[in-house]
Amino acid sequence: MKSAVIVFPGSNCDRDAAVALEQATGTAPLMVWHRDTDLPDVDLIVLPGGFSHGDYLRGGAIAARAPIMQEIVRRGHKGVPITGICNGFQMLTESGLLPGILMRNAGLKFICKDVFIEVSDNTTTFTNAYAAGQTLRIPVAHNEGNYFADDATLKQLEDDNRIAFRYADETGAVTTAANPNGSTRNIAGIYNESGSILGLMPHPERAIDPRHGGVDGVGFFTSIVKALSA
Amino acid sequence: MSLANQSVNQAAAAEHGLSTSEYDSMMSIMGRTPSVTELGIFSVMWSEHCSYKSSKKWLMTLPTTGPQVICGPGENAGVVDIGDGLAAVFKIESHNHPSFIEPRQGAATGVGGIMRDIFTMGARPVANLNALRFGDPDHPKTRHLVSGVVAGIGGYGNCMGIPTVGGETNFDPAYNGNILVNAMTVGVAPANKIFYSAATGIGNPVVYVGSKTGRDGIHGATMASAEFSEDSEEKRPTVQVGDPFTEKLLLEACLELMATDAIIAIQDMGAAGLTCSTVEMADKGGVGIELNLDEVPIRETGMTPYEIMLSESQERMLMVLHPGEEDIARAIFEKWELDFAIVGTVTDTGHVVVKSGADIVADIPVKPLVEASPLYDRPWEPSTPRPVLAPDTAMENKDPMVALVQLLGSPNGSSRRWIWEQYDHMVMGDTVQRPGGDSAIVRLHGTNRGLAITTDCTPRYCAAAPETGGRQAAAEAWRNLIAVGATPLALTNNLNFGNPERPEIMGQFVECVKGISAAATALDFPVVSGNVSLYNETNGEAILPTPVIGGLGLIDDIDQTVAVGFTDVAQDVILIGDTTGWLGASAYLKTVEGRDEGAPPPVEFEVEKRNGIFIRDLIRDGAITACHDISDGGVLVAVAEMAMAGNIGASVNSSGKTPLLAWLFGEDQARYVVTTKDSEAIVSAAKMHGVSATIIGRTGGVALTVDDTHTISVKALQESHEYWLPNYMAAP
Repeated sequence: MKSAVIVFPGSNCDRDAAVALEQATGTAPLMVWHRDTDLPDVDLIVLPGGFSHGDYLRGGAIAARAPIMQEIVRRGHKGVPITGICNGFQMLTESGLLPGILMRNAGLKFICKDVFIEVSDNTTTFTNAYAAGQTLRIPVAHNEGNYFADDATLKQLEDDNRIAFRYADETGAVTTAANPNGSTRNIAGIYNESGSILGLMPHPERAIDPRHGGVDGVGFFTSIVKALSA
Repeated sequence: MSLANQSVNQAAAAEHGLSTSEYDSMMSIMGRTPSVTELGIFSVMWSEHCSYKSSKKWLMTLPTTGPQVICGPGENAGVVDIGDGLAAVFKIESHNHPSFIEPRQGAATGVGGIMRDIFTMGARPVANLNALRFGDPDHPKTRHLVSGVVAGIGGYGNCMGIPTVGGETNFDPAYNGNILVNAMTVGVAPANKIFYSAATGIGNPVVYVGSKTGRDGIHGATMASAEFSEDSEEKRPTVQVGDPFTEKLLLEACLELMATDAIIAIQDMGAAGLTCSTVEMADKGGVGIELNLDEVPIRETGMTPYEIMLSESQERMLMVLHPGEEDIARAIFEKWELDFAIVGTVTDTGHVVVKSGADIVADIPVKPLVEASPLYDRPWEPSTPRPVLAPDTAMENKDPMVALVQLLGSPNGSSRRWIWEQYDHMVMGDTVQRPGGDSAIVRLHGTNRGLAITTDCTPRYCAAAPETGGRQAAAEAWRNLIAVGATPLALTNNLNFGNPERPEIMGQFVECVKGISAAATALDFPVVSGNVSLYNETNGEAILPTPVIGGLGLIDDIDQTVAVGFTDVAQDVILIGDTTGWLGASAYLKTVEGRDEGAPPPVEFEVEKRNGIFIRDLIRDGAITACHDISDGGVLVAVAEMAMAGNIGASVNSSGKTPLLAWLFGEDQARYVVTTKDSEAIVSAAKMHGVSATIIGRTGGVALTVDDTHTISVKALQESHEYWLPNYMAAP
């Protein structure tokens, strides 16, 4: 399986994503610079976390206009699997590949901690190694993770079963108290219409090693390998 | 070409902070009336901040060498060998005054500055820590300062993608007018590829990279005088503004260039900006440097040479390149969208010559400027010893669990989670022990080895007995490293004090340094870098003496480490070290009884070493399951913190030790609490090593119980421990 991690000025989880991909696939991903316009044929594109362009304007807003993004949008429309983690999720909404936006956290503070998220659908490219309804403990680390969309979009996401993860408590109950950032309907991650593109705020690449304090992120990467190597 | 002379006289020099004798010294070096730009250069180079003129005499007494030391104080940061061809590069630095004026930017640029010191030497930063001191929580400014400082530290480190893994925070009214923001960074570099700042090679290009130069941070205190005005409206004093995004680019660009062989020398532009970096690079290399200010990238129009030389705009570097490598370097910086300009040349004149247009605006011989920099042997008074308090000093009949809750829920004893959850402490994927323990552990990327890192100081002790406080600060940092299973390697210190021109303050400084020096020598824990911050006082009210120690230790196998939290039920709880019930200057007396009294506990290095090495070896042998060093609040607070972290209760038995409160809350040094599945082996090994080890309890249940009579649930402890800070910060 061939993957690419896109590196923007200010990306800082690019190495973490590469470590996770190499651990899962056995092959180091290609690291592609944002100003490139050529993207080799790959099975998976990862938009990593960080502060691309310093989060100036809005998180992901400037990166979404990078030269490489035109090609990424084209591949996305062709069905090439793409995942955007944290700042990468912001790029996906800013580039229109996913609906809605990510606003400043409700508490107006950066928040870095382990949260619990519930897996809605375990039949997707990104979740097939998990059980349906499984609760994962995965870290978040963001300033702007407060997902918002209009009611029609939210209804569409619900109806199409496109809400990938919701913030929950340890038992899997989706509660207001378990929502770290004020996200609408506790949304932690969403898919595009076909399920080939996933944006999520939590960092599965930070939970892939017992030394991280948890390995619940491993399934995210093994799901991808299983789906794309088949 | 002519020297741009303005009316520089003794009064002007005084406004730049130069004393009469310093003015005379400058005049004799120059042999003529200096230009205003030259006066500015002298004033910053001879400022306390750059020259260490009050402290140097005493700093020279610190032990700075050891087989592990690659580079001690004097460069941008200290460098120690950590094996396998790698070196750790680390330093702590203060940004106290700016953080009080503008907490967010002040703290942010403090973090930015210390990270630059680290990657200037060729190391990729892998961890940030900090040590913060704020005033009384009830002081009207405190909440705003905490909020701004934490946001500033987080905002910078988070954007850089360097985890902030540890630190400490205290509150005391002594910091009402002068908060302390000390930031520490640790980086990792190939041991054979450390970059230094000595400029060499006559004719080699001097290159400026990074952000453009603006008017921010120009010596606000010394420059606001109309008579210096080349264009007076331009001289507005401002605090520097940080841009972590640019610094991230600068980090990546510098490391990319360092992977080539283009760089001869490199120095970041920190305090005193272009002036300090140019003078230091020339001085270290024994050469001259000629700068052409017309080539310096400028952010604003109409900047004067004085302003360009003294600007403290952030995220800038000066380097000397091998001739012919300019294009390679330029391409890298252009890729990262940073400014790159050849601004000068290394010369054989031994002078720093600064040109602007057709004028020579400064021409100063480097050696006299640096060597004649003032050095003071300031008068100091020894501190007055406080009486030693007997263990029965504590009030009778105080319920120990009530006291415990008071301590754990107090401003100084409560959880710092509200702070460290605003710091990305996991990015880079190598944080093995997160904030909240004795030391953070960061794995060396791609290996099974790690670095243990901590910051520590007990200003309460330093105020009570400065030498003991200095000894204790270094010993506790050492102990924090031991408690996770590390071998302590070296320390960095940030010496924060009041006005050194007052003999009692200078006495605090001298005695604290003596204490640190004794500890560093005895514990093989040399001082490899540091920073001094003096004049932390307002209206004659000085801060508590606060010599913060940043400690670094090495872990050969991260699978052989322990943390604070209890790991399982039905394990014995063992107290290592002797307990006399020392309540003098304790957290208990201060917080529970409101008494700031008594001599602090003595620190005995032989015992410290014996107990510490015993503990470290137990951890490496896998003989213990959790460990916590005993500090503020004594045995009971240590056990309670272990219970809260592990979410497991414990019963503690004092075995009739009296007075009970002194046994529970005394702060005798060189002690640890450990848990184990095999206490017999530990007790007998301790006996063999001459270490005191007493089984004091057993893990299990949902409550913490003392002598079967006093009890409180772990949940209640957690609630009181976690309550204070978020609740305080949420108040309007």
